[in-house]
Amino acid sequence: MHDSAHAAAHHGPPTSFIRKHVFSLDHKVIGKQYYGLGLVAVFIGMVLSWLMRIHLGWTNAAIPGLHLLSKTGAPGDVMTPEYYLQVMTMHATFMVFFVLTVAPFAAFGNFFIPIHTGAEDMPFPHFNMMSFWTTFVAFCVMLLSFFVGDGPTLGGWTQYAPLSALGPVAGPGQGSGVIIWATSIGIFCVGQLFGALNFIPNILDLRCKGMSMWRLPLPTWAWFITSCMGLTSFSVLMPAVVLLILDHVAGTSFFVPSNLVINDQLQPHSGGSTLLWQHLFWFFGHPEVYIAIVPGMGIVSHVLITNMRKPMLSHRVMVYSMGALAVLSYMVYGHHMFVSGMNPVSSILFSFPTLLITIPSTIIVLIWIGSLYGAKIRINAASLFALGFISLFITGGVSGFFLAQPSIQILLHATYFVVAHFHFTMAIAAIFGIFSGTYFWFPKMWGRMMNDTLGKIHFWLSFIGVYAIFMPMHYLGLAGNVRRYQSFVVDYMQPLIGVHQFITIAALFTGAVQLIFIYNFIHSRFWGEPAPDNPWQGTSLEWSIPSPPPHDNFGGRHVVVYHDPYQYGVQSSTGDYVMQDSPEKVNTVNEEP
Amino acid sequence: MAKLFAVTILVIAIISAIPIIRNTWHPVEDVSTHGQAIDDQLSDTMWEAGISFLSSQLLLAWFIWRFSGDRPGEKTKTFPGGAKGLVAAAIILVGVEVFALGIFGVKAWAAIYFTPPGADALPVQVQAGQFAFYFRYPGPDGSFGPIHPDQISEAQANFYGLDTTHDQDSKDDIVTAEMAIPVNHEIRLLMHSKDVSHSFYVPALRIHQDFVPGLDLQLHFTATKVGRYEIVCSQLCGLGHYNMKAYLSVLSQQDFDDWLKKQAALQ
Repeated sequence: MHDSAHAAAHHGPPTSFIRKHVFSLDHKVIGKQYYGLGLVAVFIGMVLSWLMRIHLGWTNAAIPGLHLLSKTGAPGDVMTPEYYLQVMTMHATFMVFFVLTVAPFAAFGNFFIPIHTGAEDMPFPHFNMMSFWTTFVAFCVMLLSFFVGDGPTLGGWTQYAPLSALGPVAGPGQGSGVIIWATSIGIFCVGQLFGALNFIPNILDLRCKGMSMWRLPLPTWAWFITSCMGLTSFSVLMPAVVLLILDHVAGTSFFVPSNLVINDQLQPHSGGSTLLWQHLFWFFGHPEVYIAIVPGMGIVSHVLITNMRKPMLSHRVMVYSMGALAVLSYMVYGHHMFVSGMNPVSSILFSFPTLLITIPSTIIVLIWIGSLYGAKIRINAASLFALGFISLFITGGVSGFFLAQPSIQILLHATYFVVAHFHFTMAIAAIFGIFSGTYFWFPKMWGRMMNDTLGKIHFWLSFIGVYAIFMPMHYLGLAGNVRRYQSFVVDYMQPLIGVHQFITIAALFTGAVQLIFIYNFIHSRFWGEPAPDNPWQGTSLEWSIPSPPPHDNFGGRHVVVYHDPYQYGVQSSTGDYVMQDSPEKVNTVNEEP
Repeated sequence: MAKLFAVTILVIAIISAIPIIRNTWHPVEDVSTHGQAIDDQLSDTMWEAGISFLSSQLLLAWFIWRFSGDRPGEKTKTFPGGAKGLVAAAIILVGVEVFALGIFGVKAWAAIYFTPPGADALPVQVQAGQFAFYFRYPGPDGSFGPIHPDQISEAQANFYGLDTTHDQDSKDDIVTAEMAIPVNHEIRLLMHSKDVSHSFYVPALRIHQDFVPGLDLQLHFTATKVGRYEIVCSQLCGLGHYNMKAYLSVLSQQDFDDWLKKQAALQ
């Protein structure tokens, strides 16, 4: 196992520009490519959210230049109701798939898994390259839907059938828009399967000498668990979208029952099941939530440990808890369907595992907080985002108590309470995890330091901003404000418009704050201070190699690992830490049996 | 800066809790017989979630305040009792908390879904379609006529596809665009969709149920207060989703009888 680390993944350094920067086999380049894709996608997703928020606050407001994006969707620069839904669907799709899956998992995972395991590269570099380029094609296909036919689909990222399966008769974007959406997601699934098929064997088979599974750092454990989830959930979504496409182009009726009438026309379908789509989708959809958040948990733990100068209270409990989240995530998906019309007994059955999932989540939060006890926390942009992540995850987590219960979902299902819940957990917390990882690993990935003061300003304004955006949404939900409405014409929702206007202002402000990050990122990338090998006095293997790492990571060195990943708070020749590959003996008080 | 951060978390936690403690934001007044159980469940959960939220945020803020910065001469310390105590606390405290919520929640759910409607419940049919609800009352014969999907025609205002020429049961059926029900009288709601998925959401009545194309679903409830409420669609159904709503009037028995007669005359 250990010797194969150097044999299996060996390939020479590239010489041409194309092999070096475009069709690269190097996991580090692929990781950066994924990161770049995530950045572009998050920018698109954010601009789309701005458009949505402006429309929700001031429905008849003209947004200068919007007609350039769609003449029919925004005549006179004012969004039509259907265009709002199309923008909303694309916001969610870009964010969930091309940001929250791509950045914390595929980008950081690609860059750091081989380094954390002490390998030269991934076991299947060609597959790895294909993984990125397949995902890139999926991204381009999804973008295409803005410009083809009557625009993107308006069915939401969940694409509930039969709205999604009936074709153009169901509304704008429901013909070519849905087919493009489903094609893109199908391609995306293939890309992620290629990725997971590299990550898992790398972690299992390409570990260097001395690197037992328990000596893997927490982010690598998180990526391992996430890969297993990706492998088993994307492989369900992929056939589901194929069936959806067949309903459009091959005259099948997987998701469309008989006797549906639209525009006084009986639809030529029979025998399908609308709930089948929901089961298939959420069997993927709930693990996907954890695919977005578990890497963040690993990254945040890694950043915190380095900045606390002590290990987590228990490395193993963290790993077991993340594993428990992954296993339970398959048993809870029905909580998205409590009022869907499935058997009400199933709602009860899905409710208990959903409540159960609060236990590993609470354990993780308590281990984080308990580990802060007695620490010497260094405050920098990376650690602030990590600590902010904990606060956001707690806030998002407690609203889960409500949504785990079918009886309370009678009030809160499909309201802004749900929007607040999932944004705090899988969206904003996960994005804070990405920021934390970026400020922390930027020196290693690009060989230069980021400006920490700008990073801190970015943190403060973002932290306050996201609470201002999402906290009031809980109250809107309690008042019965339904989500996915382009405006609020229902009598009892009209008094809530003022709250929506407040949220819009907060969203525009928080979005604008991200320009500080973009500036810092670009400026530091080219003109930042050159980074030392180990700027944070870290212990894991990425800090024992140059910044940025050479082509084969370890410069031909056969790495041997002697310690657990987090030997902090000890006495050693280097200070209060001992690196994983240092043969120096330490009093490993924190080593678990 | 760590102390400022700790204070920020504290302030955010307190500001977030104020509207809940002062009850500024709450669901609309319940006007159903089964809603109290849901409201009690919501209120219990609010307490438990509120305590978890405030205590975790405050602990986080406190530890950040207390344990930040390099304090020379001081060694890092481990939380008393290590991970075991915290894991046990999470399993026992949170486990008991969520299972209690789960079990009481089953009671509230069962009261709605696992008890059959009474024999004298008034049947009302609701059909959802892009982007309107239509309601049907069985008329004096007490039975609904069959639906012929191929005869559904909005152009001819035959929303249910009824064949009043041939079907005896359809002749006295009353189809309306607004729903009215008698107060304190159990209603048996028969739900179906003519096209895509929709939902029947009436916050005041504590009712929320999706329409599933291809599936006939039933709900039953009793309204306890005369008034005018809104039924809204909460399942994304297309471009007019936001505008898919209908009024529900809860009337005295006399007013309801009069209303129904008036509607019958309009058919």
